[in-house]
Amino acid sequence: MKEKIIEKILTLLAFSAIGVLLLITVFIFKEGLPVILKAGIKDFLFSAKWAPTKGHFGILAMIISSLAVTFGSIVMGVPLALACAVTLAEFCPPRLLVFLKPTIELLAGIPSVVFGFLGVILLVPIIREYLGGPGLSLLAASIILAIMILPTITSISIDAIQAVPLLYKEGALAMGATHWQAIWLVILPAARSGVVTAIILGMARAIGETMAVIMVAGNALKIPSSLLDPVRTLTSTIALEMGYSAGDHRTALFAAGMILFIFIMALTILANLLMRKK
Amino acid sequence: MMRLNPILSQKIIKTLLWILTGSTIGILFFIIIYIFIKGLPQLSWTFLSTNPVDMGRSGGILATIVSTVYLIGIALFFATPLGLGTAIYLTEYTREGLITKIIRFGTESLAGIPSIILGLFGFAIFVIAFGWGWSLLSGGLTLSAMLLPTIIRTSEESILSVPQEYREVAFSLGVGKWKTITRVVLPAALPGIVTGIVLSIARSVGETAVIIFTAGSSLRFPSSIFESGRTLAVHFYILAREGISMPMAYGTAAILVLLILIINISAYMTMRFLMKRYS
Repeated sequence: MKEKIIEKILTLLAFSAIGVLLLITVFIFKEGLPVILKAGIKDFLFSAKWAPTKGHFGILAMIISSLAVTFGSIVMGVPLALACAVTLAEFCPPRLLVFLKPTIELLAGIPSVVFGFLGVILLVPIIREYLGGPGLSLLAASIILAIMILPTITSISIDAIQAVPLLYKEGALAMGATHWQAIWLVILPAARSGVVTAIILGMARAIGETMAVIMVAGNALKIPSSLLDPVRTLTSTIALEMGYSAGDHRTALFAAGMILFIFIMALTILANLLMRKK
Repeated sequence: MMRLNPILSQKIIKTLLWILTGSTIGILFFIIIYIFIKGLPQLSWTFLSTNPVDMGRSGGILATIVSTVYLIGIALFFATPLGLGTAIYLTEYTREGLITKIIRFGTESLAGIPSIILGLFGFAIFVIAFGWGWSLLSGGLTLSAMLLPTIIRTSEESILSVPQEYREVAFSLGVGKWKTITRVVLPAALPGIVTGIVLSIARSVGETAVIIFTAGSSLRFPSSIFESGRTLAVHFYILAREGISMPMAYGTAAILVLLILIINISAYMTMRFLMKRYS
């Protein structure tokens, strides 16, 4: 009898995560959807005119900015992250690996406000000095995000590379390939789905990052035309305006959050499908 | 490149990869050392033990430390039983199937939800719908949603690493299932579970977006969980962004980084110790 009750309770607890996820979905959609329907989906998604106190709710500039910083961080972060993953998984002596892997993972533990702060203090002046523009820019945000998503991509890629059966590598080496040829021609292609999953999860992290981006991106509300333009992402807009918003303005921020939520869930589901295929 | 001697090209690539890896690790050390050089000289007993004065221009950071501890305490109070319960259910009470797939999907998705979305959610439900306002309770509850996936995952791993013989011996002695779990399995898995909880503390310490929306940023010393409070990380953000006081900002950042270093290194040491014990 007691065992039965305990099992029931545990079953209930086990649904807590999915329950919270459903609750989040319900609340974000309940708050955000009405204003989208009111403004019209077309005007909401494909207009860049955002003046929520005057009834204009176009979030196009923010969507483009969010995608741009995410793309920028992927372009810069992925090669670096893969270089780290290959080095650690293939070239690194095991003794050094037990030290280096947690060191790279520690990078994920540095708070995003610290990244943003160092970006403002050190990176932004360099960009302003040598490349021009205000310094606070799409480029600055992409560089900071590239560093922030690196540990995610590296550590999942290491797992993917290590999961490739040793036979593949031994086969390649036995046929006279060098270690690097074995990595490039055999191991990486075999680890592809894991590496792609890692990149997708890195993208999800980049598009959702807020505080670091607010601090270095400049937050000007327009569609960026150059890497040196300041940008304002979906996340920055929500964080910057939530404090003083009310009424339709506040629900419009929830609507922006809803779009962000949809992006993230799509990426998560994609990553899940890829993992399963493997 | 294909025409290059394979052995030579391997040498070149290997060097290049090591340089890239070295610079990544260099970035990490640079961040830590930079913050310490600028911040550690600001630290003193007075800095830690007095409340912020004049928006943080002078005084110390005591109130923010207390708010941080409150928030993490509340978050763990809710996230630990839920996470541990889920992990026990997944490992001891069910086989892989549709239900575990759904639970795993929920856990992974929740882990991917960015802090700002959780902040919006916590704001809508706890601050507005429940009418708790910006408070440590609203913040702690929202934070617990963020910690839940980490706790589920690490607890599940450490329960799975307990050798099957432990359970078999207990069952063969006629011990019930629940008693086996609480007396045999959980004690053996405890260090791993604690490590997971400790790592989730490190994550909470650095969190900002989710907390500003739900716990607010009042600098007063919190006297109950229904009051607003400002955590260390939020305090650092406001000091730095509004340019209130750079020395104070560096001091706060040094405390943040120091805490995260200590927590991560000790968790890592425990993990290595455990891996040695079970292998």
